[in-house]
Amino acid sequence: MPKSLFEKVWEAHTVRELSAGQTQLLIGAHLIHEVTSPQAFGMLRELGLKVRVPERTFATVDHIVPTDERAEPFSDALADAMIKELRRNCEEFGVTYFDIASGRQGIVHVVGPEQGITQPGTTIACGDSHTSTHGAFGTIAFGIGTSQVRDVLATQTMAISKPKLRRINVDGELPPGVYAKDVILYIIRKLGVKGGTGFAYEYGGEVFDRFNMEERMTVCNMSIEGGARVGYVNPDEKTFEYLKGRPYCPKGKAWDEAVERWRDLASDSDCEYDDVVNFRAEDISPSVTWGITPGQGVFIDETIPDPDQVDESQCDSIIEALEHMKLKPGAPIKGTPINVAFLGSCTNARLTDFQEVARYLKGRKVAPGVKAIAVPGSMGVGRICEELGIDRVFRDAGFEWRGAGCSMCLAMNPDKLEGDQLCASSSNRNFKGRQGSPIGRTILMSPLMVAAAAVTGEVSDAREVFGVGSPNLVEV
Amino acid sequence: MALEKITNISGKAVYVPGDDIDTDRIIPARFMKCITFDGLGEFAFYDVRKNEDGSDKPHPLNDPRRSDASILLSGSNFGCGSSREHAPQALHKAGFRGIVAESYAEIFFGNSTTLGIPCFSASPEIIREIAAAIEADPDAVVELDVENTTIRCGDKTYPGELRESARGALLSGKWDPIAELLEGVDQVEETARKLGYVG
Repeated sequence: MPKSLFEKVWEAHTVRELSAGQTQLLIGAHLIHEVTSPQAFGMLRELGLKVRVPERTFATVDHIVPTDERAEPFSDALADAMIKELRRNCEEFGVTYFDIASGRQGIVHVVGPEQGITQPGTTIACGDSHTSTHGAFGTIAFGIGTSQVRDVLATQTMAISKPKLRRINVDGELPPGVYAKDVILYIIRKLGVKGGTGFAYEYGGEVFDRFNMEERMTVCNMSIEGGARVGYVNPDEKTFEYLKGRPYCPKGKAWDEAVERWRDLASDSDCEYDDVVNFRAEDISPSVTWGITPGQGVFIDETIPDPDQVDESQCDSIIEALEHMKLKPGAPIKGTPINVAFLGSCTNARLTDFQEVARYLKGRKVAPGVKAIAVPGSMGVGRICEELGIDRVFRDAGFEWRGAGCSMCLAMNPDKLEGDQLCASSSNRNFKGRQGSPIGRTILMSPLMVAAAAVTGEVSDAREVFGVGSPNLVEV
Repeated sequence: MALEKITNISGKAVYVPGDDIDTDRIIPARFMKCITFDGLGEFAFYDVRKNEDGSDKPHPLNDPRRSDASILLSGSNFGCGSSREHAPQALHKAGFRGIVAESYAEIFFGNSTTLGIPCFSASPEIIREIAAAIEADPDAVVELDVENTTIRCGDKTYPGELRESARGALLSGKWDPIAELLEGVDQVEETARKLGYVG
């Protein structure tokens, strides 16, 4: 019987059915960070349990780590206590820890693929909702709570209900200046922030076939913003090429055998899905959010919704969002002044994100009064950018070039919005208060759109600002 | 590790209106700088309840008549966003033992169930009706019957929904799965051996 990748991986990792009907699922790799793990280690101690498979458990520090002054002790005593607690837990339980000193520290969803821990056909769990990122490799990856972190530490398994499977096709060719971020913002806008609840998403079609691995990660990353806990892309030659030679990938003959196995993983062409949705790439334009959920988005040349022009069911949430965002209904979103530009997060802080922006940012300057920060997703990404001179392009333009971490995506470190500052952000959530100030405002967009906003000081169309796609474009 | 069988939750209720109430709203990230869950209760819905200067906003959660509420009512997609268990932990520590909302984000639903907090779903009409009843009488008791998945308020009984796996786990005292997961250890080894890459 033809099967989807999801079905194949789920079956292979099923231990048994539990009494209440959930599945006990084996987890191939467990990624942990400092925010959601300390209580789980505490529970292990209380129960007198060990980490069952420490060699498949990997930790890094990302949420609370400062991106400027990185020497310990951190100025924030609570953050300092958290990094010390993570170090203590990893030492005591024998868990591999990518510390700052290792040079391999970074956002957990950037580090996993970078180190080659993320592999096709495996399962990954992490106490972080953006774990769906790893699905870009044909991995089935779940965000979990802290009690489940405890479960995976203690048993290398977790209890979970099997989701349904929805295939999302995006066919055709994306217009110039339209990026993976625009694709996922479009999908969420069309299917809704809860449209994926109870589903795993399989992304496919011509656009995904052409996407590089980092673009696939951007889309899979934000699956959870559409309600889907899992999102993945079938592995192909690009997947194998990206992984080859990475530290935790098999080597030599074992590599060839692994690739042979991985080639059989992709969903069979005639497998069944619970639902199929089709989109056309040509319908997608550069997108920005105007509200307080990632589904509240418009194309850059559209206007902000007017609660008087929509049906009653949406009215309250639009009014609430516009009140927080201090935006005028019916006005164009383009031209909205910004205070901060943030290029970072597990959604968009990988090498190709910075490379693409650097192509256009060269020779340009951040607008006066705008604070612009570029935060590589990992120390590895930062190093390569520095070797290639990409950091120089950002610095010359007036961006602050920072050390690796989650930074202003959720502002658990010193990088925060102040008051009602408005941030053009390449991150994944525009929730009220998300970027550290309860009345701070976030507009989600692609990295190049963040750069365009930084340069003009207002929400802008990167295609116009940088002449993207124009035959007259001269790259400086 | 025998757990209590959760068959029934009852108490006063508070209504937090709105759809897509995310876990950043339930517990802002700045309060997650901690290594235990202790003390999170006082920060539940902090920015919803407090002005920037720390004074109270007019909000049902600040109504002294509801300070001992143990049932929370809300809208659709409750608990969306981050997987932080700090959210249901904060609600639990703030005294909430059951939730009635139109629908839930999946990770929040699972995290709450694992803490023994039943998350009932109900139609918007039912939620509005219960909200009106507790508005009229803040002492009105709302009761969640896990066995029959019904919600009682005053002399009315409403149909609720609760995913069967959660209902079964709550009723049988297996809402925290760790004991059962540990029992499966031989089968875990067998599955790991077949897969070849895990341990």
